[in-house]
Amino acid sequence: MGMSGSLTHDILNGPPPPPIEHGWGGGGGSDGRGSSRRASFTGLFVLIAASTMVFAALTSAFVVRRGLSDDWTSLPKPPVLFVNTIVLILSSVVLDLSRRALKAGNRSRFNLWWTVATALGVTFLLGQAYAWRQLNDAGFFIATNPASSFFYVLTASHAFHLLGGVAALLYVDVQALRLRLGPAKRTAIDVTAIFWHFLDGLWVYLMVLLYVWG
Amino acid sequence: MSSPAHAAHHAPQGFIRKYVFSLDHKVIGIQYYFLGLFSVFVGMTLSLLMRFHMVNPNASVSWFAKIWPTAAAGGVMTPELYLSLMTMHGTIMVFFVLTTVPQSGFGNYFLPIQIGAEDMAFPVLNMMSFWTTFLALVIMIAAFFVQGGAPLAGWTAYPPLSGAGRITGPGEGMGQNLWILSIAVFCGASLMGAINFIATLVDLRCKGMSLMRMPLTCWTWLVTAILGLLGFAVLLAAGVLLLLDRTVGTSFFLPGGLYINDQIIANHKGGSPLLWQHLFWFFGHPEVYIAILPGMGVTSQLLSTFSRKPIFGYKAMVYAILSIGFLGFLVWGHHMFMSGMNPYSAMAFATLTMCIGVPSAIKTFNWIGTLWNGKIHFTTSMLFALGFVSLFVTGGVSGIFLGQPALDLYFHDTYFVVGHFHMIMGVAAIFGMFAGTFYWFPKMFGRMLNEPLGKIHFYLTFVGVYAIFTPMHFLGLVGNPRRYSDFSNVEYLAGVIPVHSFMSWAAYITAAAQIIFVINLFWSMKKGPIAPANPWDSTTLEWSIPSPPPFDNFAGVHPVVNHGPYEYSVPGAPQDFIMQTDPPEVHSES
Repeated sequence: MGMSGSLTHDILNGPPPPPIEHGWGGGGGSDGRGSSRRASFTGLFVLIAASTMVFAALTSAFVVRRGLSDDWTSLPKPPVLFVNTIVLILSSVVLDLSRRALKAGNRSRFNLWWTVATALGVTFLLGQAYAWRQLNDAGFFIATNPASSFFYVLTASHAFHLLGGVAALLYVDVQALRLRLGPAKRTAIDVTAIFWHFLDGLWVYLMVLLYVWG
Repeated sequence: MSSPAHAAHHAPQGFIRKYVFSLDHKVIGIQYYFLGLFSVFVGMTLSLLMRFHMVNPNASVSWFAKIWPTAAAGGVMTPELYLSLMTMHGTIMVFFVLTTVPQSGFGNYFLPIQIGAEDMAFPVLNMMSFWTTFLALVIMIAAFFVQGGAPLAGWTAYPPLSGAGRITGPGEGMGQNLWILSIAVFCGASLMGAINFIATLVDLRCKGMSLMRMPLTCWTWLVTAILGLLGFAVLLAAGVLLLLDRTVGTSFFLPGGLYINDQIIANHKGGSPLLWQHLFWFFGHPEVYIAILPGMGVTSQLLSTFSRKPIFGYKAMVYAILSIGFLGFLVWGHHMFMSGMNPYSAMAFATLTMCIGVPSAIKTFNWIGTLWNGKIHFTTSMLFALGFVSLFVTGGVSGIFLGQPALDLYFHDTYFVVGHFHMIMGVAAIFGMFAGTFYWFPKMFGRMLNEPLGKIHFYLTFVGVYAIFTPMHFLGLVGNPRRYSDFSNVEYLAGVIPVHSFMSWAAYITAAAQIIFVINLFWSMKKGPIAPANPWDSTTLEWSIPSPPPFDNFAGVHPVVNHGPYEYSVPGAPQDFIMQTDPPEVHSES
């Protein structure tokens, strides 16, 4: 079993991918579904690496900009952010309940939980918009001071990623409600779920960054 | 995420699906190639205008006034116009030529074939990647035509010049905004491309194509994709911050107390121009390797093929590529020795920079080792590959000077640097592209390029680029500053004006020689002799299929690889080359 194969299998804990002959070591051969599924996971991890680099760059800018100047004044952050955090974590949990339901063969429960997770994702975005609104009302705009600049940039970059995640959730949801969940869609389900968990973890990281240093 | 490639492909019907919004990696590769070809002529024209202005700073040219009624009023270029030509020359060449052709062009066409795949892993993403790049080019070109014209902050877009808005120069209004937007869009396209390259290479290799049986071209495309993935993500983040500084008044990069063109800039405070330099060069240095690595891959492939010898030290080559890629992320500070950085940091960056010399030297010596005692066939593509080695060494040696902080303080803002990076990043990479073009054209278009024309083009270009860029090193030694549009009134540089004239003439002649290439390219596409499947007696998978390849590359057959990529002149073998797909017995005879 090659590296990418076992890695995806461990993370998924879902329907096992078809056997892979060689993986990294030997050139498995492009044999239809198996390689498509593997390639999708590789593509996903590469995408996650790219997103991580974007936020690593922003974090390093954040730390440097904060350390270099004397104009950084801590931002009074709206408490609704904690509610949003709980909503997002909940959406990840529900998403995995949904995947477990699918694994157990319970399609209708899968559809229900997946829809709930999608709704929670949209709720998070609305909650973020509400947090922005509160900051605006309190007179903190993007150019007010560097702390508010970074707050808006980081939350907006995360929200931008999340829009992509919600689009993927909706896509799966529509396919599921139309009873179109063939084997290829299982890959879409797993890819979407892993990406969503990544965005969830990313948000927790941003919360720590913003509250500790922001 | 787009749907991955499936085993069964059907060739699309209709012009639009076949040639415009094609999902076929081969068509997309050719699209990238021609996008790069268009861009290189735009970039070259800009450089000719710069060379003309530098030696004729006060000449009045009537059609300049027609193109730029304000920036060249009366037909005389303003210094600001010169700077905007410089900025756009650098930007278009680096992003839309050096990044696009070797990786996205040749890589798209040949990576799937060389590893025995039917297409890229995500064909729809591949198509989107090309059209996003196209959009980025359109936005970049549009910067010429907005009010104030193209930006003048250089391809590195250092703030405050690039951040403070219109007040810093005519092109710093909408022109600079479009520049940043274009680069951001380009970053997105490159990320899509990188995802495709990595997933394809990791997961779609055919049976028997182990990593250590991959042609070195594939290794360089893989490492380039990783560099692009990590580098462009950072540039994207930096670009967004710069755009916010310009448009909504944040102060990420703009310090307080700026006084520009007799005006105090009051609405920014506390930002750090150095922060931009760090973020930019964290991308910018790996970008150098993005440009040059695929050229190294092509050169390795060609030196082996046309010496009829296995590549000397295949494994060492692979490890050298990997270590160049890794070290490339640790040396960005050597672009910033002038920024007043801590001398200890400078020393660390200088030491790491010297370390890159080691894998670079490994590659060079292995190339020489490959040539040694070979039966060298001096085809045009081989000549360009040899030219690549020559330029890589020349440009690399001047890099050792610039990597020393003490020397860089003197050289940094002189023509020495211009000579250095044009040799190693510009012309060497271009030679890699020419080598690739002459080698792969028969496969791509099913016809042969004209060899005599190719050789004339090679010799003119080879002598030409040395004539243009060698004198720059001497200009740097005498302290000729770069980025200036006019030296006619600088007393201590009076003696070098003839050198500048010589370089300008060399540039005109070298540029004219490129017409030979274009004629050869388009004429051969229609009228060249029909190419056989394997005109060069090469070993890699693309030469095992017809020229040009069928829609899904292997006509539904799954190729099986039994040999390494460079089995030339194997003792006991019936021919002096063993194809990677040949049955294993051929090898056992040896």
